[in-house]
Amino acid sequence: MNVNTWLPLMVIAGSLLTGLIIFTLEEERVRLRTVLNLAGALIKVALVGWMLWGVYHGQHYEVRWALMPNLELALVADTLSMFFLILSAGLWLLTTIYAIGYLEGSSYRSRFFGFFSLCVTATSGVAMAGNLITFLLFYELLTLVTYPLIVHRGTEVARRVGQSYLFYTLFGGALLLIGTVWLYTLAGNLEFTPLGFLLNIGDEQRPALIAIFVLLITGLGVKTALVPLHGWLPMAMVAPAPVSALLHAVAVVKAGAFGIVRVVYEVFGVNFAADLGVVGPLAFWASITIVYGSLRALFQDDLKRRLAFSTVSQVSYIVLGVAIAGPIATIGGVVHLVHQGFMKITLFFCAGNLAETLGVHKVSEMNGVGRRMPWTMAAFTIGAFGMIGVPPIAGFISKWYLGMGALEAGQNWVILVLAGSSLLNAAYFLPILHASWFKEPPVAWPNEHDFGRKETAWALLLPPVVTAAVALGAGLLASLSFSPLGWAEIIAAREFY
Amino acid sequence: MSTPIADIPWGVVLILLPLAGGMICFLWSEMAKIIGLVTAFTVAASVTGLGYQILTHGVYRHAVGGWGAPLGIDLYADGLSLLMLSATALVGLGVSVYSTGYFKGLRSGRFWPLWLILLAALNALFLAADIFNLYVTLELMGLAAVSLTALPGGRDALGGAMRYLLATLLGSLAYLFGVALLYHNYGSVDIATLGARVESSPAVMAALGLMGAGLLLKTALFPLHFWLPPAHASAPAPVSALLSALVVKGSLYILMRLLLTVFGPVDVGVEGLLGLLGAAAILWGSLQALRQVRLKLLVAYSTVAQIGYIFLAFPVVATAGITAWSAAVYLVFSHALAKSAMFLAAGNLLHFGGHDRIADLNRVVQRLPLTMSAFALAGVSIIGLPPSGGFIGKWLLLESALGQGRWDLAAVIILGGLLAAGYVFKVLGYAFTEASVTHESGVVPVTMEWAALFLAGGAILLGFLEPSVMSLVGIGDPFGIGEVIP
Repeated sequence: MNVNTWLPLMVIAGSLLTGLIIFTLEEERVRLRTVLNLAGALIKVALVGWMLWGVYHGQHYEVRWALMPNLELALVADTLSMFFLILSAGLWLLTTIYAIGYLEGSSYRSRFFGFFSLCVTATSGVAMAGNLITFLLFYELLTLVTYPLIVHRGTEVARRVGQSYLFYTLFGGALLLIGTVWLYTLAGNLEFTPLGFLLNIGDEQRPALIAIFVLLITGLGVKTALVPLHGWLPMAMVAPAPVSALLHAVAVVKAGAFGIVRVVYEVFGVNFAADLGVVGPLAFWASITIVYGSLRALFQDDLKRRLAFSTVSQVSYIVLGVAIAGPIATIGGVVHLVHQGFMKITLFFCAGNLAETLGVHKVSEMNGVGRRMPWTMAAFTIGAFGMIGVPPIAGFISKWYLGMGALEAGQNWVILVLAGSSLLNAAYFLPILHASWFKEPPVAWPNEHDFGRKETAWALLLPPVVTAAVALGAGLLASLSFSPLGWAEIIAAREFY
Repeated sequence: MSTPIADIPWGVVLILLPLAGGMICFLWSEMAKIIGLVTAFTVAASVTGLGYQILTHGVYRHAVGGWGAPLGIDLYADGLSLLMLSATALVGLGVSVYSTGYFKGLRSGRFWPLWLILLAALNALFLAADIFNLYVTLELMGLAAVSLTALPGGRDALGGAMRYLLATLLGSLAYLFGVALLYHNYGSVDIATLGARVESSPAVMAALGLMGAGLLLKTALFPLHFWLPPAHASAPAPVSALLSALVVKGSLYILMRLLLTVFGPVDVGVEGLLGLLGAAAILWGSLQALRQVRLKLLVAYSTVAQIGYIFLAFPVVATAGITAWSAAVYLVFSHALAKSAMFLAAGNLLHFGGHDRIADLNRVVQRLPLTMSAFALAGVSIIGLPPSGGFIGKWLLLESALGQGRWDLAAVIILGGLLAAGYVFKVLGYAFTEASVTHESGVVPVTMEWAALFLAGGAILLGFLEPSVMSLVGIGDPFGIGEVIP
């Protein structure tokens, strides 16, 4: 074994071991736990950075372990997995800092951070899965390790929400499992391959392949929160803010969206999927979700619920980009994996800050918060403008490529969806921004904590400022070859040619 | 090449050692704990020895006292026997370590002799080469198991044990009739000899019917499961673990052997029926488990359901061959580990909180994280989520079913998994809710927590070992596939 096989294992083990060690810590060992958390996250970022550098220079990292006859557990670092991996490693570091600040003084922190690390372990596995069974394995693991995070508060409401979260996700997992096994009995292979591996299957199997596609996408659609499978997402808001941030930006919904990318491009192959006639309905489904999510977001007064419905809408941009099935739209969809991650996590961090510092949970309570917490609201503003698609923030790049891609593929109706959704985005974000910057603050905030001269604790302030800066930078510097966009272009080239 | 390890008749050791241990425990009950623990460890070591022997020399056959079949008693071990022996040894180790903390004083002196005799009976059963010895071991196993069930005394335990006694006696009796019929017609009880001679005839069909019905009763396949939940729920936790993990597997093993060898040449056509009953068991057992308000009854009904999974393999073995057999074997092995872990964890909760009402569990589970981890990991395997032995078993089963277009079976497999998730998380949901502890709780020795976790960890680890495990099981071609498993 050389470094090319060790590295993927170490990326997994880095957070797995961190999690397992943290479980054993006594509740009072705050300092040691913080050190471990940060060390684990930093080591992970370093390892992923090393791997990214290698992949960029043509190195191949792969490790395999036989699970069953002809089926292997495969961890592979290709351009697509690196894209998701760097997102998860980077955001994990920031969210860990945030969570340390957020949970200060609360109970069951060893349990929380243990599962938090396992959650990122599962996400890394999802990113590096080299075939569908490995993907399935980590995808289900992700369900299991996010459950304790969602029910972390330990209230009766949290327990009920946890049960329905499991109901949704395990149902989706069951569909995914059936689809995967069926595919395996037909194709005898589950390895992710650019351009797909189903081209040699006879025409008589086309109905079966269509059924498999529906099973796989519906199964993945639960975590991707495609309407009407999205019900768990707004409910999961009962979890602590760092969990919501992670769930919405990188862990759960992204695992679903990433799975759809893998299935469409590297199981079926985008041209073959288009040939089967399955991508058109998928594009339609994604569009409905985009519009529906935005419409529901308009009417939420609870800030986190509004953001949750916004996620329902935004994640489907990724699916839409995939389903348009053209190279430019692919770039737009894939790059949105990262762009949406940074923008949405900024918004959730900020929402958490408002709740922790001022006790503000509702949009109607946000009058004048910009004056009390300028840095937080500045970050929030960048995130919100990005969601609307205002240049030069990252979200604009995604929407631009989606629109160009739709025109290129001759699907002009998508422009209407994009325009309509952007209008709705503006309609539910601009009033918040207006109220928080230009309206008079109330005499007293609902539940204010004093942080001295700072607007809030540095651990809560730093992460959203950084993510907002990244969201801005990813848009400004999009033309550099190492930007998310540049990387997405490499991926699109791999999936089409 | 001959080494000392390869020359020892490990099969004989595996039977005599626990038998002798049991006797000594009975006579010297103050030392029962130590003797029992040492015996369990030595048995595990002996299984390793036997495994080494089989691996290097192939199938193990030993004529006890130098008398071969048809006069004497033969011991026989191939890959399948080895697997069952290993499962027994592993679960036995976990349960033995657990029991050192669980049983105190007088009850300890009663538990250990019975458990070691049960261990001897199980080992003998998996090593028996003829259908009459299988009967003897079956009876011995049943009686030891019933006595263990009755251990706590009291109305519930005695009622459950009585029902269990009647069921197990009836089962063995039916089996014995079948043995008599076969012996009368073919003049032999040796499995290999019978396999060569048996052909389709009314007598053979009657023998199969009797033996099959008896064994199904003892395996508690739906609708013959009525005795299992009360017996398994009222027994002490380590005993429940043994019953669910090993004892029901003993009769199941005999059934598998008979169908594979003695009745192999006869096209009996019972596979479809077994599959149907298995499907019914999964749905009925899972639904009942979901309805329970007591933890141990929930786990017991889960056993009824999980037994059903193993029978789902029968309708597809004819064409799916090794995939379906691997599924059955894997489900047996991982269920043994996971279910024993679950019962031991339930025992810890009961011990700590003094009750096993699921809705009030939040008052106890906060303080037993290791136990809850054991329960959760075992639950993962029972549901069939990856990575775990249960996942591999269910994947192989699904693969066999879908490969033949058996959507009905696939639907039952998936539905059973979802229902299992329902009842496992019904319990786990309370692991995170806050509640004040309302009374002084019993202290759980750390060995009891780790024993449960050890077994649950084994069930998870199995998820990564399928190729190695199945290549061991393939030694001696127990499934008559005639091909070497890669």
